[in-house]
Amino acid sequence: MDAVRAPATTEAAPPTDSGDDLADLAGLPVRPALHPLRWAAGAVVAVLVAMFLNMLITNPAWKWGVVAEYMFAESIINALWLTVRLTLYGTVIGFALGVVLALMRLSQSPLLAGAAWVYVWAFRSIPLIVQLLFWYNLAILYDRLSFGIPFGPAFVSYPTMELISPMTAAVLGLALHQAAYAAEIVRSGVLSVDQGQREAAAALGLPWWRQVRRIVLPQAMRTIMPTAGNEVIGLFKGTSVVYVMALGELFYRVQVIYNRTGDVVPMLMVATLWYIILTTLLSVVQFYVERHYSKGAVRVLPPTPLQRLRSTAGTVLSRAQRRSPRGGTT
Amino acid sequence: MSTPMVEVRGVHKSFGALEVLRGVDLTVEAGHVTAVLGPSGSGKSTLLRCVNHLERADRGHVAVDGELIGYRRGRGVLHELKERQILRQRRAIGFVFQNFHLFPHLTVLENVVEAPRFAFRRPAAEVEAEARALLDRVGLADKADVHPRRLSGGQQQRVAIARALALRPKVLLFDEPTSALDPELVGEVLDVIRDLAAGGTTMVIVTHEIGFAREVADTVVFMDEGLVVESGPPAQVLDAPRHERTRAFLDKVL
Repeated sequence: MDAVRAPATTEAAPPTDSGDDLADLAGLPVRPALHPLRWAAGAVVAVLVAMFLNMLITNPAWKWGVVAEYMFAESIINALWLTVRLTLYGTVIGFALGVVLALMRLSQSPLLAGAAWVYVWAFRSIPLIVQLLFWYNLAILYDRLSFGIPFGPAFVSYPTMELISPMTAAVLGLALHQAAYAAEIVRSGVLSVDQGQREAAAALGLPWWRQVRRIVLPQAMRTIMPTAGNEVIGLFKGTSVVYVMALGELFYRVQVIYNRTGDVVPMLMVATLWYIILTTLLSVVQFYVERHYSKGAVRVLPPTPLQRLRSTAGTVLSRAQRRSPRGGTT
Repeated sequence: MSTPMVEVRGVHKSFGALEVLRGVDLTVEAGHVTAVLGPSGSGKSTLLRCVNHLERADRGHVAVDGELIGYRRGRGVLHELKERQILRQRRAIGFVFQNFHLFPHLTVLENVVEAPRFAFRRPAAEVEAEARALLDRVGLADKADVHPRRLSGGQQQRVAIARALALRPKVLLFDEPTSALDPELVGEVLDVIRDLAAGGTTMVIVTHEIGFAREVADTVVFMDEGLVVESGPPAQVLDAPRHERTRAFLDKVL
């Protein structure tokens, strides 16, 4: 009750201690708030980082010389290239098939929706490594593969061993496995798009595929991208399981080398460093793709790292200026 | 009299156990403006959505400019049309939604050119020039390269009208075009519609703006509980309603 009456009393006498008008405050310099705890926490982290680096550098058992020697060795680079190719094929084929499966599951036809559901169920249930070995050993089950009329005559027929090389088996396994996960990610993205968008596109008479490709999918990408980024990075590291098929990708090659030289830790570091470098690159790509698809959804695009750096530098500079005696505030 | 632009005959529509339309008839002459009034839940929006087949009527038929929507007349049977043919039919019918439903990831100009470019497959330069003229007509020529979310609700709805006009439709359907707008933005959208009415565009407008209906409509249709209760010139339906239900509704909203 007092609070309600308060304005009436203050009206008579100016409330501020110094009797300043608010307009006068514009001329005063601003002193930023101090954060002593933040500084203390920062110091602790800095010490921990220093200890960690010290541990890595001073212990000779890491054999950084060996790491450097093999980091760019031809066999490693070739193996890395194979890993990248497996990731690329797995991603492209996996997501293309995933989009088809997602659209099937969302379709009106119970048969299509059911088939897509069974696919996702099956390929999510079977461990990737089992699947890879299965494709690798397909020749045991069917020694020839034919293309022709179903249940009718075959036009062409190949020995399975020739058609399904270890590389093909690896790509098949990775892509089919990835498609099951991609289907669910794409489906969640499509479901996240407002129903009205599809309706508006239908009301304009846009062809079906145009509705999907131009109106729904680009908007679904905002939901799809964060999870898809995870999946691609997971796939990239996951390619290491194809070592079971004796394919010379990065992890397999590294094992071959340390089995010969005995430098287990340094060779694992070579692989680790490459995985880190490429994952970082993928994260950067992901950032820019996400930024691209946020167009129109956000009023202001998130700043790129470069823009952020510039604005941080700008704030620090202006603060420094403000502290100088002249107080160069705007 | 020539064929009416829109003809609705005995349309029934249920959502589950809820019967939303219970045999609606409606005739809209070419060049006329029809305002559909009625309490919420009376089936106005569903009726409008049946006209361009966003909803499929359970019974009854809709024809636009003499063409049956969603079906083809065969000998003694009606053939249901394929999605592709229904999409083609919709291109003659402009639809303006209550919540605009602009494509947020496309610029204003891209929103307007999308249908003429990719539904009608008309040349880009011609379509763009026409789209810019349409944006000028709704007073948004300077917003062509902006994304819709940067616009006010009123501006977005005007873009939505331009997008519908880009189809060069035979008839324009408005589903409560001003209901999602702040009061001070309603006027600018109604101005655009008033302009179209003066230009002789055939329109069906579901609205709660009684004053606007009185001013612009040639025919006012009052709906309640899935049926057309009465229809006629505004002076008759709004000022001298014959039915108790119409009177009760008007008493409440006026």
